[in-house]
Amino acid sequence: MAINVSESEIQLSKLMEYSYYPGCSLHSTAREFDDSIQSIFKTLDIKLYELDDWNCCSAASATTLNHALSLALPGRNLAIAQKSGRDMLIPCTGCYNRHKSTEFELKRNSLNSTMIEAAVGFKYQGNFEVRSLLDVVGNEIGMDRIHQHVQKPLTGLKVVGYYGCLLLRPTKITQFENPEKPILLMELLQTLGAEVMPWSYAMECCGGDQTLVRPEIAVRLVNRLVEHAREAGAQAMVTVCPLCQMSLEMRQTAPGTKMPLFYFTELIGLAFGLKEAPAWWKKHLISPENLMNSLGL
Amino acid sequence: MLDINFIDQVNTLSDQAIQLCYHCHKCTAGCPVTDQMEYGPDRILRMVQFGEKEKLLKCRDIWICVACETCGARCPNEIDAARVLGALREIAYSENVAVAEPGAVKFHKLFLLLVKNMGRMHEVSLLALHKLWTMNLFSDLPAGARLFMMGKVPLKPHLIRRQGEVKRIYDAFDPKKKQVSHGN
Amino acid sequence: MSRIGVFVCHCGINIAGTIDVATVVEQVKKHPDVVFVVDYKYMCSDPGQELIKKTIAEYQLDGVVVAACSPAMHETTFRRAVASAGVNSFRCESANIREQVSWVHQEQKKEATDKATAIVRSIVEKVSGNEALAPITAPVTQRVLIIGGGIAGIRCALDIAKAGFPVVLIERNSQLGGKMAQLSGTYLNFSAAPDLLQKLIQQVNTHPNIQVLTNAEVENVDGYVGNFVVKVTAKNEDQANVKEQEEPGKELVPIDFSFDVGAIVVATGWDRYSQALLPEYGGGEIPDVIDGLAFEQMLAAGGKICRPSDGKVPNEIVFVQCAGSRDPERGVPFCSKVCCMYVAKQAMLYKERVPTGQPYVFYIDIRSAGKGYDEYVQRVMTDYQVLYLRGKVGKIFRDGDKVVVWGVDTLSGRALEIAADLVVLATPMAPSSGSVELGQRLHASTDGNGFFTEAHVKLRPVETLTAGIFLAGTAQGPKDIPETVSQASGAAAKVLQLFSNEKMTISPLVATVTAELCSACGTCVEICPYGARSIHPLWNIATVNASLCQSCGACVVACPNKASQVHNWRPDQILAMLDEVI
Repeated sequence: MAINVSESEIQLSKLMEYSYYPGCSLHSTAREFDDSIQSIFKTLDIKLYELDDWNCCSAASATTLNHALSLALPGRNLAIAQKSGRDMLIPCTGCYNRHKSTEFELKRNSLNSTMIEAAVGFKYQGNFEVRSLLDVVGNEIGMDRIHQHVQKPLTGLKVVGYYGCLLLRPTKITQFENPEKPILLMELLQTLGAEVMPWSYAMECCGGDQTLVRPEIAVRLVNRLVEHAREAGAQAMVTVCPLCQMSLEMRQTAPGTKMPLFYFTELIGLAFGLKEAPAWWKKHLISPENLMNSLGL
Repeated sequence: MLDINFIDQVNTLSDQAIQLCYHCHKCTAGCPVTDQMEYGPDRILRMVQFGEKEKLLKCRDIWICVACETCGARCPNEIDAARVLGALREIAYSENVAVAEPGAVKFHKLFLLLVKNMGRMHEVSLLALHKLWTMNLFSDLPAGARLFMMGKVPLKPHLIRRQGEVKRIYDAFDPKKKQVSHGN
Repeated sequence: MSRIGVFVCHCGINIAGTIDVATVVEQVKKHPDVVFVVDYKYMCSDPGQELIKKTIAEYQLDGVVVAACSPAMHETTFRRAVASAGVNSFRCESANIREQVSWVHQEQKKEATDKATAIVRSIVEKVSGNEALAPITAPVTQRVLIIGGGIAGIRCALDIAKAGFPVVLIERNSQLGGKMAQLSGTYLNFSAAPDLLQKLIQQVNTHPNIQVLTNAEVENVDGYVGNFVVKVTAKNEDQANVKEQEEPGKELVPIDFSFDVGAIVVATGWDRYSQALLPEYGGGEIPDVIDGLAFEQMLAAGGKICRPSDGKVPNEIVFVQCAGSRDPERGVPFCSKVCCMYVAKQAMLYKERVPTGQPYVFYIDIRSAGKGYDEYVQRVMTDYQVLYLRGKVGKIFRDGDKVVVWGVDTLSGRALEIAADLVVLATPMAPSSGSVELGQRLHASTDGNGFFTEAHVKLRPVETLTAGIFLAGTAQGPKDIPETVSQASGAAAKVLQLFSNEKMTISPLVATVTAELCSACGTCVEICPYGARSIHPLWNIATVNASLCQSCGACVVACPNKASQVHNWRPDQILAMLDEVI
């Protein structure tokens, strides 16, 4: 029986499902990130299949002490994802950076790729892609579709978009936006109806890597970022990375009101009118409730 | 004579053409922690070219790098200085050098040990063991308690089913078992 | 009385915007020699030129003044128009009322108009006194003499010979090939230099149009462009006779030659800079401190790299760039251009032959400006473990059997000391010995550094200001082989241009001698900067070589009898012009 299916519908049905790699933090300290992702994807009718028996990529620790290990550990996850052939969606930018580095080596068939395959015990087919969350939301789902679902525009909310480092650099691995001038997150927030304040620190490091080891380094960098966000007129910062979110929440030492940190998916959920949204930021260390109440959001 | 073995080792391990550096200092200018370093990224690269092993392996810089990759993104010669610092860390670690930041080494060693045995991270174990090991018992305790109350720090660790696979990967790259110099 | 037509151009508003053209026309009309005056928008246009031609016919003009832009712009245009209408072109002059009046006096319209009138009338006076002259022709000897048998001379010789003209190639040493024959090989695409030269030298030796003289030098040069007479002393007649003359221990007998040539190409190359001029680097007295060329000779096919002092293989070798160059205070001020590149090559070759050795290079900058040059140096840096240190070397001295180098690395901010086994100084190219004297013989000038001066540094790099003398290669300044070869072909093209006719045309506006007034005192001969004057042996009066005369007028001023004058610039003309203007 011949069915007339249009081209775009076929495209949509393709992106209806992803292999989902939450990473350790989304099951613990970034629980609300995971919750918001699950909710909004359900609303968009996109299926997420959590990778079976995935392992920790050990992002910071492996890159600090053992570069080869940092390439091999994500390799095991890629081997698992390969079985289904679905694209792999990774919300945590640290995990994304590591998995993308491994994918980069495997694709270019270097000595490293041989080593990774041998250590993990598989042969890379290249039948799927590793995707970041912002990439999928911003480019695959797209602003139009997001806009269609917006029930409660975030009117009056002044924010800055904060990328951090690992989604943007090294450019030849992340293959995402221009690290000196990233705009996708800003466009997304505007689509949600928020007022995006322009600032020059979207890609400057928060020191997350050192936040538990040498907190004073993170304190300096976090205070600098928050100061500039405030200067830009923001009431809240919107992040894409769980480590940045935690570091920015924990290390603000400057006196005065603390700057709340949102995950961008939380704001999407709010704008979609999902009633479970406020429950997410009850889990923040810095509560945005006063701010949201004052704006009627 | 220059310590050619060391220079070669750093070049190979980092997979960077360090000799192309013409010291424009753009990396140092963009590094967020330069002012807390002893030398800064471009001086480190120069010292590698001079083969100054001891100074490099014992300096603070290699441990306080935040791995933001700004240096690599901006270098006109496509040299990723962060990779060079990473290579120096690995050599220092594998040769048991008395490093400038033993706290950092302890933290990351613990992290890797936990993942090696469980397959995933367990924050409670990590933080508890780290505090005990470094005798730094009270920092971040209030924040930690709040996170625990919100249910964001699970008590029960999650062990993955095929734990052996992860352990095998770790063993394949144990620096104590293998010389730290992989083909790149 | 002349019948002069004056054409006053508006040049759009360039002239007419400032000058009241109608008034000028009025005033000029009053001049007795003027039979026709008109003003027109654009005299240089086709209709403008037609107007001139028509008026000449209609009014039987015998002289034309075009009051318009500078003669440098359109004098040739108007003279051509005038000649085609049958009037002698030297009876046509431009009166510059644009660059010298309307463009510079835009705020003073009345004064500008008066000035324009004065200028035009003065030019009318000049034309009135102008003789009708014919261009002078001189024969061209279609043979070239090339001084220098290195790659520049060889390339130039082949280009000219292949175009069908005879070449005399003289070389001071006993072999062709110059410095290039002493190199180990070329950078970029390494080829052994002698191999590259072999084919070319063979072509030169066998080409029927080329006569080669080795062990030969220029003794004297007489004459002028198209007609030089060069005396050469050689120690053997040609290559074929070398065996006859060269018996062991027998002195070669010098033979004198005289050549008539139309052009001379100076391709005399370069020489070594003396290490004695670098006392802080040992002054040439440390055996293990050698210069770039000496190291080249070591590297050349078959050469072993070893210390001159004890023959051992050097394990640590230091290359010192800018050893004497870029040093206005104590050395030479210029950059010798090739050192950054050949040092990279030498460091690479050293490392290939001594794999366990360590090369160091001290530099201030890396000048690698040619195609593929920078990539080549980068490759040497990454693939050959050469340590590049930025800083000038302060001192080099002996310590036991080592050579100690005290230098600096500005990139790390530190002073360094290296105990080297061998030090190679990249000394600058010095001009070939005898260049200044040769220049004097040729009347071709040399600059403050002793290299031959080109006619225009940008636009005429292979000519000199002396007509008929051309330059090629390092004789003109430090450069590498590709540039030398380009220049050599360029010089050949200029020579072939000269040879494209058997005769050449010379402007007749040269000095002249009124025989009756000349007392053969010889003052003008002394004073002429171009050597254009001489006393005729038979007639005992001064004569002018029109090819060399540049109409400077020095002879006119010098002559006590007023016998010397320049055609169409006679004192009576000038005085008449002054009367109009003052």
